[in-house]
Amino acid sequence: MATEPAARIQISVSVNGEQRVAEVDARLLLVHFLRETLNLTGTHIGCDTSNCGACTVLLDGQAVKSCTVLAVQADGANVETVEGLEQNGQLHPLQEGFLNEHGLQCGFCTPGMLMTAKALVEANPAPSEQEIRRGISGNLCRCTGYVNIVKAIQYGAAKMREGAGVSTQEATHA
Amino acid sequence: MPDATTTLGGIGHSVKRKEDPRFLRGLGKYIDDVKLPGMLFMDIVRSPHAHARILSIDSSEALKVPGVVAVVTGKELEAAGLHWMPTLMSDTQMVLPTDRVCYQSQEVACVLAEDRYAAADGAAAVQVEYEALPPILDPIKALEPDAPLVRPDKDKKSNHIWHWEVGDREATQRAFDASDVVVAQDIYIPRIHVASIETCGCVASMDRVSGKLTVWMTTQAPHAIRTVFSLVSKIPEHKIRVISPDIGGGFGGKVPVYPGYVCAVVAALVTGRPVKWIEDRSENLQADSFARDYHIHAELAADNNGKMQGLRIKTIADHGYADAAANPSKFPAGLFSICTGSYDMPNAHVEVDGVYTNKPPGGIAYRCSFRVTEAVHTIERMVDSLALKLNMDPAELRSKNFIHPEQFPYRSALGWEYDSGNYQAALDKAKAMIGYDDLRREQVEKRARGELMGIGISTFTEIVGAGPSHTFDILGIKMFDSAEIRVHPTGSAIVRIGVQTQGQGHETTFAQIVAEELGLPVDNIEVEHGDTDTAPYGLGTYASRSTPTAGAATAMAARKIREKAMHLAAHLLEVSVDDLEWKDYQFQVRGAPERFKTMADLAFAAYTNHPQGMEAGLEAVCYYDPPNLTFPFGAYIAVVDIDRGTGEVKVRRFVAVDDCGTVINPMIVEGQVHGGLTMGLAPALYEQIWYDEAGNIHGGTLMDYLVPTAMETPRWETDRTVTPSPHHPLGAKGVGESATVGAPPAIVNAVVDALSHLEVTHLDIPITPPRLWRLLQEKGVAL
Repeated sequence: MATEPAARIQISVSVNGEQRVAEVDARLLLVHFLRETLNLTGTHIGCDTSNCGACTVLLDGQAVKSCTVLAVQADGANVETVEGLEQNGQLHPLQEGFLNEHGLQCGFCTPGMLMTAKALVEANPAPSEQEIRRGISGNLCRCTGYVNIVKAIQYGAAKMREGAGVSTQEATHA
Repeated sequence: MPDATTTLGGIGHSVKRKEDPRFLRGLGKYIDDVKLPGMLFMDIVRSPHAHARILSIDSSEALKVPGVVAVVTGKELEAAGLHWMPTLMSDTQMVLPTDRVCYQSQEVACVLAEDRYAAADGAAAVQVEYEALPPILDPIKALEPDAPLVRPDKDKKSNHIWHWEVGDREATQRAFDASDVVVAQDIYIPRIHVASIETCGCVASMDRVSGKLTVWMTTQAPHAIRTVFSLVSKIPEHKIRVISPDIGGGFGGKVPVYPGYVCAVVAALVTGRPVKWIEDRSENLQADSFARDYHIHAELAADNNGKMQGLRIKTIADHGYADAAANPSKFPAGLFSICTGSYDMPNAHVEVDGVYTNKPPGGIAYRCSFRVTEAVHTIERMVDSLALKLNMDPAELRSKNFIHPEQFPYRSALGWEYDSGNYQAALDKAKAMIGYDDLRREQVEKRARGELMGIGISTFTEIVGAGPSHTFDILGIKMFDSAEIRVHPTGSAIVRIGVQTQGQGHETTFAQIVAEELGLPVDNIEVEHGDTDTAPYGLGTYASRSTPTAGAATAMAARKIREKAMHLAAHLLEVSVDDLEWKDYQFQVRGAPERFKTMADLAFAAYTNHPQGMEAGLEAVCYYDPPNLTFPFGAYIAVVDIDRGTGEVKVRRFVAVDDCGTVINPMIVEGQVHGGLTMGLAPALYEQIWYDEAGNIHGGTLMDYLVPTAMETPRWETDRTVTPSPHHPLGAKGVGESATVGAPPAIVNAVVDALSHLEVTHLDIPITPPRLWRLLQEKGVAL
């Protein structure tokens, strides 16, 4: 049986601080909204069962797997993706950590790892190794063996603590 | 000038990766990021049956789905003679079936649509009528005379594909007859999947004006793919361009040509529009080629002192429904004959029989050089079995049998010439790092208290870097590799290589090789790869061959440039070339070091002030044919604790001492080892694909295929010894897969060691908690 054309719904989402308005299929996944509609291809798709975490973005500050969120559910929300980490040509401390500690190889899981790490460190500015490991356990990496990802997040967290006082929050749209 | 090499970022420096700035910003260009105007999306209808006759395929409802443009089945491909394709091992496999399916999730039809949602709707609407046939899943039963035939299309009416053997059968028999002790063991190394985080996919586009087909493709070997496409499709090779963009992990899974790639190309030709195909994870896990699936029977003979006398192995290799293994042509069982390992084994004989079953094709690598993991697992398990039988410490038994440094080059009983090694040094270092003797004492105390703790060793030798071309080819294409270097007038350079990175960091390490050889700063050297229109022809990246082959080609091409630069220096300095020496990364007049020319000076002169009679420009190309393979090695020690309540194995510590010869970038080498160790841990404890009797796959999604997370993965401890390869221009050997090869037996040996006082002598992998808990129950030690 051919399916009925999906209902189209207008949504307005703040993505990396920029308000984006689009009419989307009701069934469109947030990850496809980001990748296909907005052409923000930094957020990757690595599985179809919400296990790998490659598609992790922040939804109102919380790490979510964007393959398991409908675009319409993000209506009115604030979404942060890997493309929003760099500010004024300056890498985010976590990006710097991944670069300096060799926390990435093929780079495919990296955007999801970075976003998970951002939510983790913002909630817990000085996470222990075990807390980091638990925090990223919803993100699979096949290349690095995680040792250097843990170090990268420790590096980023330390740098974020140093910079405390300077807000690392993205501008939010109420 | 102690800082010159640091400034340049030459060999031996932990240069930060050139790839990272784009990946960190989400600006990598992976296959699903390629978008072309008017592009269609392809989805695939797959078989729910492991073995069935196709009675009919009805596309009519699918074609009514809004956005669906076309449905392609085997019938359409048959008309073009493209319904079957050759495999890398000169077997055949279906692109799309015309009459029957041979494994669950096999491709049955393709749906082309305006977007991926419509394509998926269309695929769901294709009606296929099947008549189920009895499947055969067990390769041992598949060899029985009345077993259902997997490949009735073949002349040979049997599921037996090939028999391969190597070594001296009679001499080995005599060694066994004369030996004091023999240990024998059945070892099953199960089917696993590389599960790179990026799945496979492609975008195919035909330019109707120029007649040129461009295929962006997740491939580890773009040049070989172009040649195969040309041979199969009859499109002239210059009218095909294969681009391997950023690749989200390969590990061997992106070497074969899968039916989906071919379907997408055909669909692009038929529709005249670009076509994108991206696998779902479940499709990737269920239908792409698999690794391992070796049913091994091994026997090791020794004298009472533990000196090994002979090794004998018989293996049934489950290849699924097609021999689509990614092996060099002359090696149907890959390099399994490295199974005598690091030991001075006087006699050996190995037999392998390839068998068809109703499973997807097997026999690709899982981050290892052709079947080397199977070989290493076998010998390292057998050595521990022998140690147990002789009541000898497994470290001591290994030391007693190592090939000594002065024996290199060493000719093994199965015909390989090992280039270099110092196995005892690596083991000594690993033992010291982990505190081996203290651990043995701790184990005695713990055992007295009823706690289960084990220590496991693996002292492995790999064989990587294929060619040489007289022995190694893929479908007749010789296994050399290549590099092309062009130095620009102002002293920067572009390097193009025939291999293709999938995370290994080639853009950095190959630039370091050129920096070291030419004295140009690494920041001024750009490395390009993966585009068949621009890169020199190469066989691609797998089997740890990039550094041994293309790395050597890069060094040799750079040396050709240096040779020409020397003549330019002589011209500028008005001296004879004999008066010049290459020192401190510049050409100096002997005895007058204040008179010198840097490579940047010489590059400028090559375009502005070259002598009459000399060609302008400064570039070189090298197609490097390695004289031998390289033999990286390592000594790994694992310490495990077993939870008697849950059967869980906890890897408390793991020390890995690797020797890959000369190290180009220590940071990258360490990262490769970390990742390799994790892909060694995975099959040892977690990952397995298995099939029930109906042929249903288990482990076909990431819900039940357990890729290790950061929680299971220990904090790896690594170090190195350096024994350069004598035949590689840089002394380098390759490292990307060593740890995947070496780690599993260390972990298994540790678990067996923890249980050895309970009469446990062997465990098959993966050693999952339920499996181990049942054993603890049987032995009366479960809590």
